[in-house]
Amino acid sequence: MAGKTTEQTLAELYEETGEQHLAVTLTFNKVPQTILVPSRTLASDAIRHYLRKTGTHVGCEHGVCGACTILLNGEPVRSCLLLAASLHGQDVTTVEGLADPDGTLHPVQQAFVECHGLQCGFCTPGFVTTIAAYLEKNDSPTRAEATEAISGNLCRCTGYQNIKAAVLRAAEIRRERAGLSPLGGDDELAALSLDDKVRGNTAPVGGKGDRT
Amino acid sequence: MKPSALTYHRPESIAAVCDVLARLGHEAKVLAGGQSLIPMLSMRLAAPANLIDINMLPEQDGISIDRHGVTFRALVRHSALLADDDAHQAQPLLRRALQLVAHPTIRNRGTTVGSIVHSDPAAEMPAVLGLLGGTVRAQSQRGIREIAATDFFLGPLECGLAEDEIAVAVTVPRRAPNEGSAIDEIARRHGDYAVAGVAAQVRIVDGVLSTATACYVSAGELGTPMDFTEVLRGVDPADADDSRWNAAGDLARDTIETETDIHASSSYRSQLVAALTARVLHEAARDALRNAAARTQRPDGDAEPRADSGAEPREDSDTEPREDSDTEPRPDSGAVSQSADDSASASNATGRSGTTGGTR
Repeated sequence: MAGKTTEQTLAELYEETGEQHLAVTLTFNKVPQTILVPSRTLASDAIRHYLRKTGTHVGCEHGVCGACTILLNGEPVRSCLLLAASLHGQDVTTVEGLADPDGTLHPVQQAFVECHGLQCGFCTPGFVTTIAAYLEKNDSPTRAEATEAISGNLCRCTGYQNIKAAVLRAAEIRRERAGLSPLGGDDELAALSLDDKVRGNTAPVGGKGDRT
Repeated sequence: MKPSALTYHRPESIAAVCDVLARLGHEAKVLAGGQSLIPMLSMRLAAPANLIDINMLPEQDGISIDRHGVTFRALVRHSALLADDDAHQAQPLLRRALQLVAHPTIRNRGTTVGSIVHSDPAAEMPAVLGLLGGTVRAQSQRGIREIAATDFFLGPLECGLAEDEIAVAVTVPRRAPNEGSAIDEIARRHGDYAVAGVAAQVRIVDGVLSTATACYVSAGELGTPMDFTEVLRGVDPADADDSRWNAAGDLARDTIETETDIHASSSYRSQLVAALTARVLHEAARDALRNAAARTQRPDGDAEPRADSGAEPREDSDTEPREDSDTEPRPDSGAVSQSADDSASASNATGRSGTTGGTR
């Protein structure tokens, strides 16, 4: 594209294809990016085909299944129900953008590993992004709240039990990493009684949910 | 499952939006949240040649509350309206209904005004607007006009906006001291489109029901309330055993038209309509009792309800209000008639019935 302005390129694309193209500039997994896409492109397709990150899965493509869920300015949204054009100027995080730069898994990813929340894995990116955003708002969900949090996502393995457990476990991991009692700051007795040698690092999940 | 080719517009002022609409008319669709529009484009049920994205117009976002009611602008997401405690206090039916609108992830993007403009008979918010008798503010190059809910819903997926108009805001009336409301629905999965749903509003005077209306989701005529005042006038809101609740349900089953589709037969829908009507009207009546009681318990009665009501979302969830209200109504009914005798609240109620003419 040497020497050509974006406008020239867009005009050429219009000549070639007969349809309007747009330049979409966004912050994608913390990196500024610009893509040139036909204006009808769905955000899910832009992420997979133009930004070349295929962690975002396309399932039903009409907002029912949740496999394509991404974080738009930190809020979970369906990328199949957005146009790529709507990402212009926005901050977008996909499942690839959740882990730390040093490779440490996001608490939700770690919890999915520990609780076997992945199963076949197709729905996983949507669940992980949905739960990651949910725990930012509610850092110690009950079992019922964990169920509600994932109610918009479908798993065709019907494996919700492990995923639900992963929500609760992810909350524990977040607390552990923050140096708090994994069972929650309100439970000092439980915190005192915790013995790392007995408990290991794969605690029984759902502790808080069962108590409330 | 991809949209057909289209031209995308991103105007930077509402005047520019109106210019494009005036120029392109029915060849253009306004894009706000897109949670209903984009799937229609993807399935090619709709193929507008132009999309006008209004997401870059920050002045189109905002919720305001005054003595008339709650006004939410075109870019207010369901999730923002749901989380707004002031809006909840002014008109609690908004939050109760929004909790039933799709899933949280959809509510993060979808707009309440957009849902109303989309006029889907399976959606909750058109029913709420029709029930409460709200208004839609439409803007075009020709100016601004208010459209009453009764004139707004023309039919399934067809609203009263002219082709050069954009809906910039919706206003729903404040809840009056003697009013109560409720909404419930049956869906295959919580958050999915309802197989059938009912929103109801009642008024109580001297401790008994004086008016009752209900509006239906996935049944009956879009956004058009049905009047149950004849059947329910004089019913004690606390009396769950009164046979007139079921009579109201029977009346609804015999009156409300239901359709068969792949999810449910017409006769099953009609059974849901009957059961939900009785249940939701009764719940609305108990809500009116609680509303009246909460106001009379406070010295500055006409101001706002209890301070703790900001923490209400969980109390509002499906099971709890019924449980706690079961113990409540009887002792309160004395207080209710007091509040209705109070001339200030009575005149307030009269003034309101004028503004909510849409609910009849």
